[in-house]
Amino acid sequence: MSDSHSDQPSPARLTRDDVLRVARLARLSLTESEIEAFTGQLEQVLQYVGILDEADTRGIEPLAGGSERTDVLREDLPGESLTRSQALSGAPRHDESFFLVPPVLDTSAE
Amino acid sequence: MTACRETAAVLLAQLAEGEATSLELTEACLGRIAAHDESIGAFLHVAGDSARESAESIDRRRAAGEPLGPLAGLPVALKDVLVTSDQPTTCASRMLEGWNPPYDAHTVEQLRAADAVLIGKTNMDEFAMGSTTENSAVGPTRTPWRLDCVAGGSSGGSAAAVAAGFAPLALGSDTGGSIRQPASFCGVVGLKPTYGRVSRYGLVAYASSLDQVGPFARDVASAALLLQVLAGHDPRDGTCVDEPVPDYRQRLDQPLQHLRIGICPAHFAEGLDGEVRERIEGALDVYRGLGAEIREIELPNAKFAVACYYLVASSEASSNLARYDGIHYGHRVNDYEGLVEMYSNSRGAAFGSEVKRRIMLGTYALSAGYYDAYYLKAQKVRRLIAEDFSRAFESVDVIASPVAPTPAVPLGQLTDDPLEMYLADIYTISANLAGIPGISIPAGFSSDGRPIGLQLLGNAFAEEQLLRAAAMHERETQWHQAIPDLDGDARR
Repeated sequence: MSDSHSDQPSPARLTRDDVLRVARLARLSLTESEIEAFTGQLEQVLQYVGILDEADTRGIEPLAGGSERTDVLREDLPGESLTRSQALSGAPRHDESFFLVPPVLDTSAE
Repeated sequence: MTACRETAAVLLAQLAEGEATSLELTEACLGRIAAHDESIGAFLHVAGDSARESAESIDRRRAAGEPLGPLAGLPVALKDVLVTSDQPTTCASRMLEGWNPPYDAHTVEQLRAADAVLIGKTNMDEFAMGSTTENSAVGPTRTPWRLDCVAGGSSGGSAAAVAAGFAPLALGSDTGGSIRQPASFCGVVGLKPTYGRVSRYGLVAYASSLDQVGPFARDVASAALLLQVLAGHDPRDGTCVDEPVPDYRQRLDQPLQHLRIGICPAHFAEGLDGEVRERIEGALDVYRGLGAEIREIELPNAKFAVACYYLVASSEASSNLARYDGIHYGHRVNDYEGLVEMYSNSRGAAFGSEVKRRIMLGTYALSAGYYDAYYLKAQKVRRLIAEDFSRAFESVDVIASPVAPTPAVPLGQLTDDPLEMYLADIYTISANLAGIPGISIPAGFSSDGRPIGLQLLGNAFAEEQLLRAAAMHERETQWHQAIPDLDGDARR
């Protein structure tokens, strides 16, 4: 198995720790059975996508969008936007002015 | 009332002639939904009262001789991935349960301006991720032709609604085949427009460089009618292209002279169901009979499409779905310690397995050390796939293929093996990667009565040509007139 900075996907082996690392990055808490299932399933998918190694992409520019048209500009004009109450209307917790979130700074150590 | 079997184009004429009212038509659809949707599962939300109100208002305006929009009085069902200001929008996810968006999607605005009657929101795979509508948090949608088989996905509810006579028209979205494949499984017409032809404003994002909204209908003319209302520039979607929209119906009945149809031998290789192959060959014979030339083409990079697609789509999904943070809208758990755990627990509790799997795959593909090997590599292969099509369209006008390797599959068959499900998208996903339009049209039935679709792909912004080519086949066949037997009144 090559190191994680290799240009080529190695024949992917996925460990439980890999799955936990990715879940942490994705802010996704997984159950024990999900961790187990995803480890095998994602490894299988990663092995399958290894087929892309067979494509000769030397000198090929990546295609990022659904069309080649990029940097479409428009006039910067003022327009209507959502009202504050509309913007807050779907929030699970809010008061009259703000979205309410748990404390962002950990003050427990003080 | 026979309204539930007619095409939108015919119903529109009946409404204009005063042979039917929008309220009668709307009541007929609502009645049919009430009678049969429990066994099919097409709708997540039926907007009975507001549909009746708009139907009555349109009937009044018609009676008063006021000018009306191009879909005046026609019920239209919306895939629940399009935001609506007067109906809930859930994407069939626990995450958005009970969400009432504060605005309308561009395509919803277009429908209202066209005086369509918005009859409800349809079932789908959660956040449009899946090919069977079994990933819906609410339950699966079944094809009206065989209640033990899936409607396809991810726009399974919209396809089934049109097939079952719940609405003559519906909107879906297509990221990797999510309009065309359920159209095939349900025996209706489904079209994915060119990327940028229709605004994505208010389409809940799955994979932004692949997503496109498009029509379902019972015949090609009605799909053209609906596309006409959807297509056009909207500055609120930066990728929506400011190209003139042709009149899709003006020359629809004129056959294309010297039509050149490309077929790719690899599309007919191992893994294709024998009856699907027979029906596609039957369709090609129809075209031969009309003087079309069938040419073999090569799409040498097609074998990379599934791998390329699942890396690109999952990567974009992992980024797009980061917005579900339990703060701005959507589900928030009560049990957490600190902000990060609030995010993780809310997302862990409210997303289904397939959504989690794709977020995981995409996060992995974009993570430090793997970006070049997976995401960047996939983008390069995406260009190779797009170039294959550019080359092919130098020598052919459309490319014909199956839509899916099989007719509608039994419930549960694909749910245990994600990779197996991904591989079944092989015929549809290349069009999304290349940004080109594609249409699925009815091409017959398997021996056990499951519909089989023919896919035609066209060059970018060649929807008019694609629709005309589809109409040529439709005029020579009766497949689109078949009606599933929901109440002992089958008409096959």
